[in-house]
Amino acid sequence: MARRATPEVNAGSMADIAFLLLIFFLVTTTIEKDKGIARQLPPKEPPTDEQVKIKEKNLFIVNVNRSDQLLVEEKLMELKDLRQAAIAFLDNGGAASGTAEYCNYCKGKRNPESSDNPDKAVISVQNDRLTSYKMYIAVQNELVAAYNFLRDRESQRLYGWKFTEKTKDLDEGKIKGEAAKEALQEKLESIQKLFPQKLSEAEPKKSGQ
Amino acid sequence: MSKFKKKKSNELPAVNTASLPDIVFMLLFFFMVVTVLRDDNLLVQNKLPKADQVEKLKKDRSVYIYAGKPSSRYVDKYGSEPKIQIGDKYTDISNIKFALTEARQKLLPELQDKVMVALKVDEKTNTGMVTDIKQELRDLNMLKIIYITTPGNEITQ
Repeated sequence: MARRATPEVNAGSMADIAFLLLIFFLVTTTIEKDKGIARQLPPKEPPTDEQVKIKEKNLFIVNVNRSDQLLVEEKLMELKDLRQAAIAFLDNGGAASGTAEYCNYCKGKRNPESSDNPDKAVISVQNDRLTSYKMYIAVQNELVAAYNFLRDRESQRLYGWKFTEKTKDLDEGKIKGEAAKEALQEKLESIQKLFPQKLSEAEPKKSGQ
Repeated sequence: MSKFKKKKSNELPAVNTASLPDIVFMLLFFFMVVTVLRDDNLLVQNKLPKADQVEKLKKDRSVYIYAGKPSSRYVDKYGSEPKIQIGDKYTDISNIKFALTEARQKLLPELQDKVMVALKVDEKTNTGMVTDIKQELRDLNMLKIIYITTPGNEITQ
């Protein structure tokens, strides 16, 4: 038998095979984008006798019970009203004008019975151990929203942009150049200083206590 | 001179598809590279709570902790009490420290100090369990945590 030239492999179906694989990967791909509420836990320290004194009026107590009901400043409250209540408390600026604690950017009611200034104002969340995680996150979300609202307002007034938007831009790498980044970081920190996030979390009580 | 005259055809020439496989392969490689197959096999129910005031998670420096009731196919074996999962297996609350240290060692060495703990907790879990986890994290000095949520809002739904 004479040697015959090997016939060429038909590559016509190559595209089909590639398409099949492509569709498989298209379907299985999940570009995961995990987002959430970030928190810094307090470091473990040896117990001290020194008690930090916080005036009653500078403390905003949010209590969540085992059946997911809210008690804010000893009054029953719906979750949807929590944000406004927190904003009113943080933005109150109750210290008298002329004193060192006077808050010149607060737009609240200046009720002397409520917080002196945003730097002094502390929000304390107390949970029951049986509170659902869903409610816990919802409360945290509303409180962070209150801080973000006030920070947005101040950054709009001082620099003409929104705090949350610029923070997002910085996270996503939309700000180019080291100098620009640093300048923005500085401005963001100055806003944070106006409304420092002071969220305290008490150890949850066991149900029934 | 009719020798050089081209034969005139009235039909439209077919579009050349010879480069189609190349294009498709290019797309294919892109998706193959981008695809991350889930590295953790979920053993617990994981319906995350909703929130909209969120930050992005830096994946390269994070350790995941899952918590919730065992998935329906494991209920027979492990019961329906909420459990904690780290990596591919259930972990007891007393064993968290060991499991987390192990998980941390898998990260890049230069990022191990900046580790962030991502808590993926089912919305029906009790806060008590989350508090226990947080206490353990404080003992370990892993203080940066992030509660992973899904976009949305509890109030407007």
